[in-house]
Amino acid sequence: MKSLDISIQDMSKMEGHADLSVKVRNGIVQEVKIKLMENKRFFTQAIRNKPVQAIPQLVARICGTCSIAHTLCSIKAIENGLGIEPSEQAMNLKRLTMYGLMIRDHALHSYIFSLPDVFSKDSVLDFEGDKTKFLYDAFDIKRAGNKLSTIAAGRAVHAPFPVIGGFSKTPSQKELKGILPELEKAREKIFSILDVYNECEINYPRDTNFTAMCSDQFDFLSGSIKTTSGLSFEEEEYGALLSDVALPFSQALAYTFCGKPYMVGALARINLNKNALHKETKRDAKKYLQRFPSKNIFHNNLAQCIEILHCIDHASEIIESADFSEEKPPEIPRKECNGEATIEAPRGTLYYELSIAGNIVKHARIVVPTQQNQVNMEYDVKNLVQNSLKTMNKKEIEYAIEKLIRAYDPCISCASHFLKVRWV
Amino acid sequence: MSKKLKIGWFSFSCCEDSTIIFTEMLNDHYAEWSKVIEFQHVRILKKNNMLKGLDVAFVEGAIASEKDAGKAKKIRDNCKKLVAIGSCAVTGMPSAQRNLFDEEKKKEIAFLLERFKLAEKVVPLSEVVKVDAQVPGCPMSENDFLAMLESCLKEFGIR
Repeated sequence: MKSLDISIQDMSKMEGHADLSVKVRNGIVQEVKIKLMENKRFFTQAIRNKPVQAIPQLVARICGTCSIAHTLCSIKAIENGLGIEPSEQAMNLKRLTMYGLMIRDHALHSYIFSLPDVFSKDSVLDFEGDKTKFLYDAFDIKRAGNKLSTIAAGRAVHAPFPVIGGFSKTPSQKELKGILPELEKAREKIFSILDVYNECEINYPRDTNFTAMCSDQFDFLSGSIKTTSGLSFEEEEYGALLSDVALPFSQALAYTFCGKPYMVGALARINLNKNALHKETKRDAKKYLQRFPSKNIFHNNLAQCIEILHCIDHASEIIESADFSEEKPPEIPRKECNGEATIEAPRGTLYYELSIAGNIVKHARIVVPTQQNQVNMEYDVKNLVQNSLKTMNKKEIEYAIEKLIRAYDPCISCASHFLKVRWV
Repeated sequence: MSKKLKIGWFSFSCCEDSTIIFTEMLNDHYAEWSKVIEFQHVRILKKNNMLKGLDVAFVEGAIASEKDAGKAKKIRDNCKKLVAIGSCAVTGMPSAQRNLFDEEKKKEIAFLLERFKLAEKVVPLSEVVKVDAQVPGCPMSENDFLAMLESCLKEFGIR
């Protein structure tokens, strides 16, 4: 095909609304534009001049699916700035909250959004025969993750218990132990989808710099920033290394890291830090882990399912040895400071910088994973289309683009409200 | 095949928290819902969606542009009953927080509103289309949604 004009609007099976434009002329892909309309709800302005205590709940409303990541990252930035060190119990509650999020959100993506692409079906609701089990497996795993966050943090969406310095309420031993059978049940179910993604032949190979915050606990909440190019940074250095890429067609900023495109997310984390996974996860996921490090973007799904297993294993261990008691969060000191933090949200590194004076936020900078993956995604779509022009028809190319973009698991609610796929 | 309630699920300016609650409710209710509900236009679950002839449209989010207002009207024209879902659709907030910005913040965002043809004010759904019922909350309450769905099933003669 020499010239091509296709328009896919409002892509399905992803978080938020998404369009994208691709222009092919004389057999060459001339242009790929992913439109992210971040700041449409202007959260960085809205939280300015608000008291620090209000921030964790306000930023939760940036995104329905990963609200817990925004809540916990804002808390960490404030704690870092004000010099508050959460107790070990608070850290374990944060971990349980985060693991619940990962289990639920990864299951939503890997089963509901991406699995139909493997079986060439439109929807997980269309699965028939022995494949219907995947729909009900998805429900069981999501439910377990949802309950874990609900018990640890009060709710799976806009969790009310995490506050600056700790938790306003501590779950009882009975409540916590009560979730163990469901986690165990979810654990049994995850292996069939691991087999599917392990054997799946969809391949979107890509040389890129994978970047993630890595710790020896693989807890998504602590550690230092590592890259597959061999660099290592402390989290306070992260913000300075991100460069804004102004895209004239998008009101959202895209980012490069150390001046280059990069990829964040589960694939990056497993590529960089698989040795830190829970010992039982490493034992039982051995054959899947052999795939990593992987350059295949579609393996992001396999990586997410391995992370579900890890979250179940580490959460179960924490709960089994937990001896939690009511613990009052510390007083919040008044201090002029600049608090920076990164955590690993489901879709990758989330960065918060909050300047605080008199307990009021004076300036905010928030960088979400999807903005960081955008440049990478555009390159990938460009290559995919270029390499497919001779072998696929227009409809097949369109479907391949959607599969590729879905594999990245973009969160448009976080990054924006729009990503238009429009061929010009 | 017995008659099913043809539903659509849509979202405008919001964080889609109620969409997530809806997908979480499927965990416990899908087996039963699949017998009485046709998921005719649910973008988070499928690509092949049809707008025409919906019984009930559940609409999350506030309206922040003329373009979105147009889309909302199109949904209204294609459904028999329209239910506003969640705080942003029902009250406009928190998506409408920029309506309350001081002059300094308004000045900062003015060029973006202009460049992307966003409306001067973000409004609840009811200012743009006729809303027949609502399920408020940030996110919506599961029990309220269940009760609403039950009343829709009765209203349309499914139960």
